[in-house]
Amino acid sequence: MVPILEMRGITKTFPGVKALDNVTLAVMPGEIHALVGENGAGKSTLMKVLSGVYPHGSYDGEILFEGQPARFQGIHDSEAKGIIIIHQELALVPLLSIAENIFLGNEITRHGMIDWPETFRRTGALLKKVGLNEAPQARIDSLGVGKQQLVEIAKALSKKVKLLILDEPTAALQENDSATLLNLLLEFKAQGITSILISHKLNEISRVADRLTVLRDGATVSGMERSDITEARIIHDMVGRDMANRYPHRAPEIGETLLTVNDWCVFHPVHPDRQVITNACLSVKRGEVVGIAGLMGAGRTEFAMSLFGRSWGQKISGAVTLGGKQVELMNVPQAIRAGLAYVTEDRKALGLILDESILRNTSMANLQGVSSGGVIDANRERKVAEDYREVLGTRTPSVFQKTVNLSGGNQQKVVLAKWLFTDPQVLILDEPTRGIDVGAKFEIYSIVNQLAGQGRGVILISSEMPELLGMCDRIYVMNKGTFVGELTKEEASQERIMEIIMSAETSWPEHAKAGSV
Amino acid sequence: MSGKSSVGAYLKNNMRQYGMLLALVAIMIFFQFMTDGTLMKPVNLTNLFLQNSYIVIMALGMLLVIVSGHIDLSVGSVVGFTGGLAAVLIVNQHWNPLLVAVVCLGTGALIGAAQGYWVAYWRIPSFIVTLAGMLVFRGATLWLLNGQSVGPFPKEFQLISTGFVPDLLPFIGTVFGMKQFNGIAFVLGVALAGGIIGLAVRARKRAATYGMVDEPFSFFVGKNGIIAVAIIYISFLLATYRGLPNVLITMAILIVAYMFVTNSTVVGRRIYAIGGNEKAAKLSGINTNRLVFLSFANMGLLAGLAGLIFAARLNTATPKAGVSFELDVIAAVFIGGASMSGGVGSIVGAVVGAFIMGVMNNGMSILGIGIDYQQVIKGLVLLAAVIFDVYNKSKSH
Repeated sequence: MVPILEMRGITKTFPGVKALDNVTLAVMPGEIHALVGENGAGKSTLMKVLSGVYPHGSYDGEILFEGQPARFQGIHDSEAKGIIIIHQELALVPLLSIAENIFLGNEITRHGMIDWPETFRRTGALLKKVGLNEAPQARIDSLGVGKQQLVEIAKALSKKVKLLILDEPTAALQENDSATLLNLLLEFKAQGITSILISHKLNEISRVADRLTVLRDGATVSGMERSDITEARIIHDMVGRDMANRYPHRAPEIGETLLTVNDWCVFHPVHPDRQVITNACLSVKRGEVVGIAGLMGAGRTEFAMSLFGRSWGQKISGAVTLGGKQVELMNVPQAIRAGLAYVTEDRKALGLILDESILRNTSMANLQGVSSGGVIDANRERKVAEDYREVLGTRTPSVFQKTVNLSGGNQQKVVLAKWLFTDPQVLILDEPTRGIDVGAKFEIYSIVNQLAGQGRGVILISSEMPELLGMCDRIYVMNKGTFVGELTKEEASQERIMEIIMSAETSWPEHAKAGSV
Repeated sequence: MSGKSSVGAYLKNNMRQYGMLLALVAIMIFFQFMTDGTLMKPVNLTNLFLQNSYIVIMALGMLLVIVSGHIDLSVGSVVGFTGGLAAVLIVNQHWNPLLVAVVCLGTGALIGAAQGYWVAYWRIPSFIVTLAGMLVFRGATLWLLNGQSVGPFPKEFQLISTGFVPDLLPFIGTVFGMKQFNGIAFVLGVALAGGIIGLAVRARKRAATYGMVDEPFSFFVGKNGIIAVAIIYISFLLATYRGLPNVLITMAILIVAYMFVTNSTVVGRRIYAIGGNEKAAKLSGINTNRLVFLSFANMGLLAGLAGLIFAARLNTATPKAGVSFELDVIAAVFIGGASMSGGVGSIVGAVVGAFIMGVMNNGMSILGIGIDYQQVIKGLVLLAAVIFDVYNKSKSH
């Protein structure tokens, strides 16, 4: 069989860096081809070469699409051939409707005016194809991330797609939304559409991929057939070494209770009659890593943020003790002073000032610690930043580097540095490894273990169950804004957690819709 | 980072910082040449400071507002209003000028605070709040002055703007063999230059004890040497005319104070954090609302001061005073490298930006270029400066 796509000897250099070095990729018609590699391995660059973002002539090597040499000058050329990329960061206009988004730049017109009936009719048909039960007139910002992803796919389908490229489509999705999306890919495959799937989630790849190519440091390392694909092999090829254990070992030394939260209730910030958190109770001991599992919309982030100085929600009630004392956490400064730190799930939007240096981000939450009488000591500040860079192993040429230029893992280390410098008793880590490659994840896990080893308490919120199982001493299961189960490390398993969630789902039928995405 | 990095590479990395300063120097040399030396004549130099003082002073406050991610369009009207208030109270009501100055500064701060309140606590876009303020206070000025010019002011009030520091050291002139030479101006200039060098050396030494010196030594010497020579030269020129204008002292003290606040204090840093990413700043325990509120109140205070200086300079308050000042002030801040979206900008940049505009105004007027061309050229310079900035930024990525 002739490959639908062949990329041969692709080499792309940027000033000073060889981003791609003689990369080869062959994709067969009608298959789901997975492309994996650590962050910075060259996956995105390769896809930019393919789609014409880097035009023909700016790279070496050749591309054959359907047997014909392809020399794309821009995205328009590749889209005209039926190559459509869906980027990790969704490119939808939130204030426009689904239909307007799908046909944006490609509007259906009659005599120069938009033909709305036809637009809506075709949108309806496309939404049916992707299994999205929404009106074409619904606004994008009224949809969850999972549904938005489906709109992106519908948009791709509107362009008569032959090769669909999905760049980490499930990174922001919950397990059940991910499953929907992967099923859709399988359905497309049945219809003869070829896909390239870029993903960090190895379980998904082993589920749907027919073949797989591993990139490392800008070069093709290996290719695998479906029968050969195992997670262990993929990891081995990705990182270039065996990772016997994805979670570093820790001998927990658990002390007295550090944090207790009792009867925590929170209402929605915009809809005051909607209760989001109901009588949540939780405790964390010294040196303990406590996990919170749950589906998207279960209220985990809302719980954490409302606890952290009432940063989310209104009409908040409940009692908190920290270190044996009752504390009032009315605002963020109070929470920080009490010894709480919250590492957000969205480090770009809520965690970092991207245009500022590592140095300034590190000191941001504890400027008092580097100043006296309101005057910052520049040298002390720099020392602090350098120290944390060393302790956390942040890879950067200098602490004056802007954080926007760092990889996800290193950005996360800067956020951690910021919070460690406030010397917290309890750290809440919300999805700390989201969008981070395997190697950097291991480093973050090691840091978490060190923190626990220092006698701090850690609350770990994660959508990746293996991560919770691998890291936590105890796991709370959250559903519809309250804790519905608590499992020790020994009791916990993926099946057990899902069981608890499912039985909670069915026991509260009147809320059945409120928790869906 | 070692101290061995070359001067060229260092300059390239800090292009944004020094680019506008170099541009100012180039513009000054250009006009000095084109005007056959009139630009740097002591009398013109003195004028240059007097003419631009109120723009520079407001640029300091505007920088904070813009860095925090907002804008204040009302400052021109506030200048008119506070100037008018001063005239009504002093000329018509015969209040004590000192008391009036305090009242006017307080009024400016209050106006700024009122606008800041809506921006910070009600989240009304600052563009809209201050656009409203611009209309309201222009109208209020007209009402206050009854549509008439009110003046003149008593002598002591005029001193704010047109006074000079009395020469306490007249004998210095004899050293240079000059009859008319303001000793104190020259001595203060030399002292300032010495002070800057002293502080720079101390800072470098302290950084060295932490092993954190990035600036090449030759660059360090060159930079501070040029600054010191420039200050001494300017003070020498001023000394041969009437000495130091009072307003120059006010301006210099404010510039130094605001440089200190933005570079070295917790409050300054937090304002940058708010502009850089307000949500992240808030989650880092920064009281974002209060700081935005305060930056507007501060802006109002400085606009009040500018109103007093401008009224004193014209020796009369007119309903048209301060019209379109906000545009000059905002242009100065952006020419100085501030970002429209907040989080980026510097006091030095804003001051340099204000002087770029000022020198161009002054130089083009000396050359007899019509106001029509002047506007066009100033507009293009603003655009070019921002394009230069954006280009530099995109290159560094």
